[in-house]
Amino acid sequence: MLSQHVLQVAGVSKRFGGLQALNDVHLNIERGQVYGLIGPNGAGKTTFFNVITGLYPADSGSFVLADQPYQPKDVHLVAKAGIARTFQNIRLFAEMTALENVMVARHVRTHSGLLGAIFRTSNFIQEEKEITERAQELLAYVGIDTLADVKARTLSYGDQRRLEIARALATDPQLLALDEPAAGMNATEKVQLRTLIDKIRHDHRTVLLIEHDVKLVMGLCDRVTVLDEGQVIAEGTPAQVQRDPRVMQAYLGTAQA
Amino acid sequence: MLNTNALFGKRWLLASVLLLLPFVLQPFGNAWVRIADMSLLYVLLALGLNIVVGYAGLLDLGYVAFFAVGAYLFGLLASPHLTDAFPWIAAMLPNGLHLSLWMVLPMAAGVAALFGIVLGAPTLKLRGDYLAIVTLGFGEIIRVFLNNLDQPVNITNGPKGIGPIDSVSVFGHPLSKRLDLGFIELPSVTLYYYLFLVLVVVSVVVCHRLENSRIGRAWMAIREDEIAAKAMGLNTRNLKLMAFGMGATFGGISGAMFAAFQGFVSPESFSLMESVMIVAMVVLGGLGHLPGVILGAVLLAALPEALRYVAGPLQEMTGGRLDAAILRQLLISVAMVGVMLWRPSGLWPKPEHAKRLQSMEGRNA
Amino acid sequence: MDVLLQQVINGLVLGSMYALVALGYTMVYGIINLINFAHGEVLMIGALCSWSLINILQPAFPNLPGWVILLMAMVLASLAAASLNFAIEKIAYRPLRNAPKLAPLITAIGMSIFLQTIAMIVWKPNYKPFPTLLPATPIPIGEAVITPTQLMILGLTAVALAVLSWLVNATRLGRAMRATAENPRMASLMGVKPDMVISATFIIGAVLATLAGVMWASNYGTVHHAMGFLPGLKAFTAAVFGGIGNLGGAVVGGLLLGLIESIGSGYLGELTGGVMGSQYSDIFAFLVLILVLTLRPSGLMGERVADRA
Repeated sequence: MLSQHVLQVAGVSKRFGGLQALNDVHLNIERGQVYGLIGPNGAGKTTFFNVITGLYPADSGSFVLADQPYQPKDVHLVAKAGIARTFQNIRLFAEMTALENVMVARHVRTHSGLLGAIFRTSNFIQEEKEITERAQELLAYVGIDTLADVKARTLSYGDQRRLEIARALATDPQLLALDEPAAGMNATEKVQLRTLIDKIRHDHRTVLLIEHDVKLVMGLCDRVTVLDEGQVIAEGTPAQVQRDPRVMQAYLGTAQA
Repeated sequence: MLNTNALFGKRWLLASVLLLLPFVLQPFGNAWVRIADMSLLYVLLALGLNIVVGYAGLLDLGYVAFFAVGAYLFGLLASPHLTDAFPWIAAMLPNGLHLSLWMVLPMAAGVAALFGIVLGAPTLKLRGDYLAIVTLGFGEIIRVFLNNLDQPVNITNGPKGIGPIDSVSVFGHPLSKRLDLGFIELPSVTLYYYLFLVLVVVSVVVCHRLENSRIGRAWMAIREDEIAAKAMGLNTRNLKLMAFGMGATFGGISGAMFAAFQGFVSPESFSLMESVMIVAMVVLGGLGHLPGVILGAVLLAALPEALRYVAGPLQEMTGGRLDAAILRQLLISVAMVGVMLWRPSGLWPKPEHAKRLQSMEGRNA
Repeated sequence: MDVLLQQVINGLVLGSMYALVALGYTMVYGIINLINFAHGEVLMIGALCSWSLINILQPAFPNLPGWVILLMAMVLASLAAASLNFAIEKIAYRPLRNAPKLAPLITAIGMSIFLQTIAMIVWKPNYKPFPTLLPATPIPIGEAVITPTQLMILGLTAVALAVLSWLVNATRLGRAMRATAENPRMASLMGVKPDMVISATFIIGAVLATLAGVMWASNYGTVHHAMGFLPGLKAFTAAVFGGIGNLGGAVVGGLLLGLIESIGSGYLGELTGGVMGSQYSDIFAFLVLILVLTLRPSGLMGERVADRA
């Protein structure tokens, strides 16, 4: 039985030297939601993202992932626990093919080791077959199956973003965390991205999204949290948040400064 | 799609050349077969280092340490040294200590792997350039110990080295003796050639299988982007240790074979220059691409030897300044700098368009 | 106690030379994140050049005092080494500034061996005696002695450090170097040409290394093609020990490493009950390196590496 609550975060604080980057941040993501995290520059979105994906330890806070307590301490345990992320700057495995990129991400859910590889045991062969098939499925899911044997670094920008999403999905995550997936995209590409994320939601996956493109977020997300200077200033549906005076102040305020 | 007939044809050609090589070289003298033998040992070393540098992207400048471990291990276990130096061992083993090939190979592999893990555990978390220097340091530390562990207890016999070392025996026949097959007589160097060839073929198969496996892909992911690899759930620490240990086993096996072949080991054979040369082989040939690595190894191992014959006249011309050792160093250093500047993916890199993963049957062309 | 004082003196002398070479490593790493493996060979080439120069200058100016000849040789050899280092950076390292991390490392190693091999060819591989140009009579200090050569080493190092300090803190070039070391992109936006700064760094490093090389040769009495390898490695260790990229750290690291090596190898025999003698002193530096990198990778005084974001 999959739990209703995918990620429950409370009381997260993080200080860097003199700067309180996060101050008592809380968040609740339910299964099947596309959840947005927005805020002006420097609000702490990326810091929060990096905290829940294990890159920085939080000073304080509690995390519950799919009803299990979650301690994001070691980065490599994060995917195992169930959060898969993409990167703002796209970090693909450049010299590996698109297919191999996705196959690698199956690592955390598969087992065969050195002996299986060297002796080509039947377990190994069976697992390789499953890995390959699943990877091909995912490439088709995001729409780049024809590019399976192409080296990742030669893909177009839009295709690279899709590959990164396919790769993250390959880890069978409870939560797909996208770090500014629309960065650098033109209008057409943003529409395609939106379609893809809609599709992901339709298939009962849960998505957390940091984005600068407020319009994209408002059109796509079920719920949104707004951060400003490390604190949660608003939370709710896009419509609610849009009308919140504190949110307008935060965005317009920084524009005036 | 690939013309399988053409591919098959190529393989048969390659196999024939490799099998007949000793007979082609023999008329020119045993020394040439010896060059082929040493080249094969270096291919083993290059294949092993390729796992560490080529697949996992870890620059190890002290790889010769594993070569030394394997060589000295065999040297100690298959020579009179231990019984000579330690009367209590001589008392326990009145016939001396002489182990067979089938025992030595796994032991060399195992001990080398152990060293790999012990050396790797504290150091693999360091970033690339620091890792390079620290591994270099370890290589030197091992050499210093080999040179000085003749006091207070004579374990390594210091600069004098260990010898004479037994040759290995295959199916009862010691490889140091020629094999009389009636219609043909195979000298010792040729026998070793075939042994080493078998080891190389097995190693190539192992490497190829590792490359196209879950672990191989994981190593390459670490090489490409360690942070992304971790974010995808890869336990990079353990995977790096695995690469280091696996690479070390090749070094250990090659070292043991070297000891048997030469009949003698001393610290001189395990200098920093050797480590660098093996790195140069992998880099020159094509990092991570097996045919390239083998090419690089053969080139850098055989060419300087072949150059000895050119070096003679050169040496006279330059008043003794250019000899074979210097030519070899020149070649290696120019290769390293040149490759990085002009052909960074090596002489024979992986083709741009990846071939279909060979481990998968039944996919449509 | 007297033995200790002697070890301390020796250690400071050794450490001064390490400090000079460490500065070269740390400056380059601070600006372009590259361990210049070939830096030890610059020391060697500087020393060998000075050897050749002295062999020409001495018979040419038989009436000049030894120390003048030595200084002339140092200056000329520094020029040679600086030009060489400038050329190496331009030809071998500059094209690889944006290459993946393994490439410049491998090039640097290759360059190191290339330089050693060229030295073997040009100067032949034998160990050559370095002419004694300074009086050899040791000067007593308490129960220990110090030779004029050792005094010169300490003195020259102090002068070199003072000049470097002035250069880095009070000149335009120094400001440009510090800016580039902190944030290259920002610095170039402010009009600093990174190529020029980097070349300057290599030139300064070469001069310091040559100084160290000539002094090393004077102190130990020989030159040969492999003389740069170990000092180079140890100086790099000193740079990391003090905090890579940190100039003060390089000096502190160098002096400390010299002291550790000198005192340690003196007492190693006693400490290990005769098991390990001074022949193991060379691996001290490696052990320090491994310990520092495992326990305190940022070094004693903290690293200062360019913000490459």
